[in-house]
Amino acid sequence: MSARARIGPVFRREFGAYFASPLAGIFLVIFLFMSGIFTFQLGGFYERGQADLRPFFTGQPWLYLFLVPALSMRLWAEDRRTGTIELLLTLPVSVWDLVFAKFLAAWAFACAALALTVPLWITVAWLGNPDHGAILVGYLACALLSGTFLALGSFLSAFTKNQVIAFVLCGVAGFLLLVTGFPIVLDFVSGWLPRLAVEAISSMSALTHFESMMRGVLDLRDVLYFVSLTAAFLFLNGVVVEWKKAE
Amino acid sequence: MKELIVGRGLRKSFGAFEAVRGIDLTVPAGQVLGFLGPNGAGKSTTMRMLTGFLEPTEGTVHLDGIALADDPIAAKRTFGYLPEGAPAYGDMRVEEFLLFVARTRGYDAAEARRRVDAAIDRLHLGPYRKQLVETLSKGYKRRTGLAQAILHDPPILILDEPTDGLDPNQKHEVRELIRRLGGERAVVLSTHILEEVEAVCTRAVIINEGRIVFDGTPGQLDSKAPASITRNRMDHVFRMLTTSDVREPAAAKGGAR
Repeated sequence: MSARARIGPVFRREFGAYFASPLAGIFLVIFLFMSGIFTFQLGGFYERGQADLRPFFTGQPWLYLFLVPALSMRLWAEDRRTGTIELLLTLPVSVWDLVFAKFLAAWAFACAALALTVPLWITVAWLGNPDHGAILVGYLACALLSGTFLALGSFLSAFTKNQVIAFVLCGVAGFLLLVTGFPIVLDFVSGWLPRLAVEAISSMSALTHFESMMRGVLDLRDVLYFVSLTAAFLFLNGVVVEWKKAE
Repeated sequence: MKELIVGRGLRKSFGAFEAVRGIDLTVPAGQVLGFLGPNGAGKSTTMRMLTGFLEPTEGTVHLDGIALADDPIAAKRTFGYLPEGAPAYGDMRVEEFLLFVARTRGYDAAEARRRVDAAIDRLHLGPYRKQLVETLSKGYKRRTGLAQAILHDPPILILDEPTDGLDPNQKHEVRELIRRLGGERAVVLSTHILEEVEAVCTRAVIINEGRIVFDGTPGQLDSKAPASITRNRMDHVFRMLTTSDVREPAAAKGGAR
């Protein structure tokens, strides 16, 4: 069976499930509204007198902290609560197909939401003369970061039957992943950790990698960071599904 | 007769607790096996090992000649499974849910549609095909679960409490269906209703505390009860085999209730 045939049905079911409740609509409204606020209000768009999307990108990681868990929380917790996990895991597909299909469904939704912010791009292009290459790299950074967060959330969702717990776990873990690169954290550890360790911690931070891409710098190391972290979380996701399925 | 289900030396531990303590089970084509036992005896755990949902701590499972541990995907094509409580996606319509299962089993759109229509017909789900699964009554939810299990016309059916929570009419209907489905298939169904075994099964296996304590025909099960018992004879044997307070000779008094 081709990969598409194995993954397609579960992908479509999971993607469709977002629209079975008001979740998709609420998510999109909040996401677009907050993205607009970040771009034009909090970012001082008019005061800076510069037509670019820097303020928009700066806000994205913090938006994801609340919005990505809303997408990932039900991925496995709901199947475990209702018992459909038993149905899924006794169908002739592997656990990896399921993990990947569910992740892709959530990520496709997140990317679709991101695509709906393109009018902001059009707006700044109309107002001034932004660096379109840099903006494209910024969008890529957003897609990669949301993918990493979703993989993390999907992995944590497999631990519990309770979506609220899955939401909180993902929010907290996502926050930690972001702030390890923050001056507050780095200043705190730089006093007593060797410089190499401080740099290692800083390089583990999603924010460090995100910010360098956000400025329009396309560095393969940043892309590799997000991709490998996503793969690692998805691997752990499969392991936890197998481990926790019978509980 | 072809042996479709072969479970050998199955054991399953959850931490220090041993749920299944060495079960051997071989089911040939054409047999409908009633799997009995008190709650917590290890029925569901055993069925979950047969379907590959749980890996046995020890022992092997072969389904239609395929080793479950070696080729789980191929082995999982050989059976239809109704898990306990007939789980299904509540936010999907009956038809949508069945199509989802058919497509996940690898059928293309046209073939999936044809199979779903056939299963809906067979289980008389026609009037409910557009209804959301979460709004179905228990009986129809169970039927949807059964429809999902027979979509691919598997040689093996494993049904965990297929009639649990149904009213007498629905029970009768599901039993008729299982009898019809029996035929050349190997069917394992768990229940704690003894009359069901008499009604549909050609073989009864009783387990208690993770071990098989009876394996025979429903007739043999019935004949184990003392002659003095005239009503609910199987219930008596069941209690005899699975509890310590009812023993053969002494039990005659209390068993006739």
